This record gives sequence, C-alpha cells and structure tokens, in this order.
Amino acid sequence: MNEERTSIGFLARLFGTFAKVGVMTFGGGYAMLPILQREIVEDRHWATEEELMDYYAVGQCTPGIIAVNTATFIGQKKAGIAGGIMATLGVVFPSIVIILLIASVLTHFADAPVVRHAFAGIRVCVCVLVFNAVVKLWKGAVKDKAGLCIFAVVFLLSVFLDVSPVVYVIIAAVTGILLTQMGVRGK
Amino acid sequence: MIYLRLFFEFFKTGLFAVGGGLATVPFLYDMADKTGWFTHGALADMIAVSESTPGPMGVNMATYVGYTTAGIPGGVIATLGLFMPSLIIIMIIAKVLQKFRQNKYVDAGFYGLRPCSLGLIAAAGYLIFRLALLDLDAYAVSGSVRDLFHWKAWILAAVLLILTNLVPKVKKVHPIFFILASAVVGIVFAF
Repeated sequence: MNEERTSIGFLARLFGTFAKVGVMTFGGGYAMLPILQREIVEDRHWATEEELMDYYAVGQCTPGIIAVNTATFIGQKKAGIAGGIMATLGVVFPSIVIILLIASVLTHFADAPVVRHAFAGIRVCVCVLVFNAVVKLWKGAVKDKAGLCIFAVVFLLSVFLDVSPVVYVIIAAVTGILLTQMGVRGK
Repeated sequence: MIYLRLFFEFFKTGLFAVGGGLATVPFLYDMADKTGWFTHGALADMIAVSESTPGPMGVNMATYVGYTTAGIPGGVIATLGLFMPSLIIIMIIAKVLQKFRQNKYVDAGFYGLRPCSLGLIAAAGYLIFRLALLDLDAYAVSGSVRDLFHWKAWILAAVLLILTNLVPKVKKVHPIFFILASAVVGIVFAF
C-alpha cells in the first residue's frame, strides 16, 4: 500500500482529485466542505468524516486559506511532503487557468461603458454579499463582550487609520491569550 | 523586482489572513494603498469575478491581482506566495495535530483572532459600500445630501438584501445568480 501511495501514479491522482475539488468549489473554504465529503470521504476513502472535521478545525486555526490548508493536510497524510504539495497544486490549478483566461479578456474591455455599468451594478451586489457573510460568520467569531470589543475596535481603527492588517492580527492574538489568562473570556 | 515584491506581499497575506474566502480581502485593500498596483474599484470588481468563478476565493483573488499587476507570471507567482505559508505550516503541525488543537495558547490566540478577522472583513465591506452606494465626490462639490447617495444602487441593494435573506427559496440560490442579475440591472439602468 505504501509503495502505491508514493508512486507517481498516486501523486497524479491526488493532483487530479484536488483539481476536481477546486473546479467544483465556488466561494470560500466552507463551500468546499460538502464536495470534500463526497470526493475524499465517500468516493476515495482517503479520510474519515471525523478526520476531515479535524483538518477543517485546524485549517481554520492556522494561518492561510482554509481550502489550501485542508488540501495540504490530506495530501501530506496520504503521501508525505510530495503528497501535500501535489494536493495543494491541484486545488489551486483550476483557479489559475480560469482566472488568467477571464482576466486577460476582461482587461481589454474594462473601459467599455457596458462593462463599467455592469460592474457598478455588481459592486452593489458584492457589498450585500460581504454584509451577509459577516452576519453569517458572526456567531462563530464573536462569542462574548470581549469579542464584540475586539470586533468593534478593529473595524473602527481599520476604517479610519491606514495601518497594515498584520498589526491587528498580531495584537488580537496576544489580546486573546491575555484575556484568557485573566479569566475574562466567556463573560 | 516586481515578481519578488508580489511573492512577498502575497506570502504575507497567506501568513496573516485567517479563515476562508473573504479573509484575504482586507490585506488586498492594504496592498492597493501601499503599492498602487490596483485601485479600490478594481479590487471590488475582482471580488465579483472571484466569487463567480470556480476555485477558492482567496486563490482566485491572488491570481487575478497578480495577473493585473505583472501578467501571467505575476498571476502564478502571487498564487504561489499565497499558499506557501500554508504549505510550510501545515507540513510542520500535521505531525502534532492533536497537541496543536488542544494547546491552550493556540486556542486562546484564536479566540482573539476570529473577531479581529471579522472586523477586518467588515471594514473592507465598508470600503465597497462607500464605493458602490455613496458618491462622496458629488457631495463634496454640491454639499447636498441628495447627491451623497446613489439612489439606484440603494434600491438594488435593498432588493438584494431582502432576496438573499428573507425569501425562502431564493436565498438558497447561488451568489453567481445575484451577481449576474446585478450586472444586467447595472447595464439596463446605466449605473
């Protein structure tokens, strides 16, 4: 079994499977979960349902895009470092091809009035979609008063100040640790 | 060297953007301000394209931004930069998965990080709101509140908000449908 897993053929299958997952995913990491359940758990038995949830949980609490984190996890588990790399390349490959095609066409027509009007309409929609996403993520992210404060402070500061988000991320992580140590968490 | 700079900027985004989907967006706004590679308006358009095409949104954004900044190699390099931190970090912690999950400092750190990430996304949303629904330039010239609002856009936003949240069968429809419909409305009513 091990021999099969590290073979070129298996690496190609990892790449192909995750490319398929990439093509079928629209939007963010959460949109990928049902597709992973079918492709990875039910069809290929590369991970159990529980393992997948574990990868997801860790993928959420490690830096980086959840979709990439989960792909790296499963690939690494099945075929080591080469497997992790192939699964990750697989999941990003469709994006690279499709987006490059669209972007190369779109940049030629960006100034056409029809395209400008279309995107002015689309921006309104994006605004509503972002609002909906924030509402949906709220319950999982803001769990107590301290969480609400962190949300509000970060929101206001980043609207009014020109500071890199990196700074907020680092300070928020440290604040989370301090608040937990002080026993403020959950109140 | 633009490629190196692209790689570095997206490596940073990959390292500090926590969560999925929209988490990369605040970093891209920051990138637009610091480098001048693209405008806020162009970024809003890229979000729409990234949401309506297959693939994880963060990856789509990286490819798109990279391409507009430095052509096809730029698109590839930006994407590489974005997933490199994930690749390295996951490879390291895969071995100590359970310990990592149960570590109290990791847990406490993410307790602070999640509301922060959401606050950053909300602030990026506000930038799009200002761009799509307000006309600050016209307001600055005339001083009339009537000029402050893009009325047509407000009507569209209200309709979308109701459709995506309150109408039972419609709200399950894929976002790409709303994006395309908004494009048509934008063209028909000359937004």
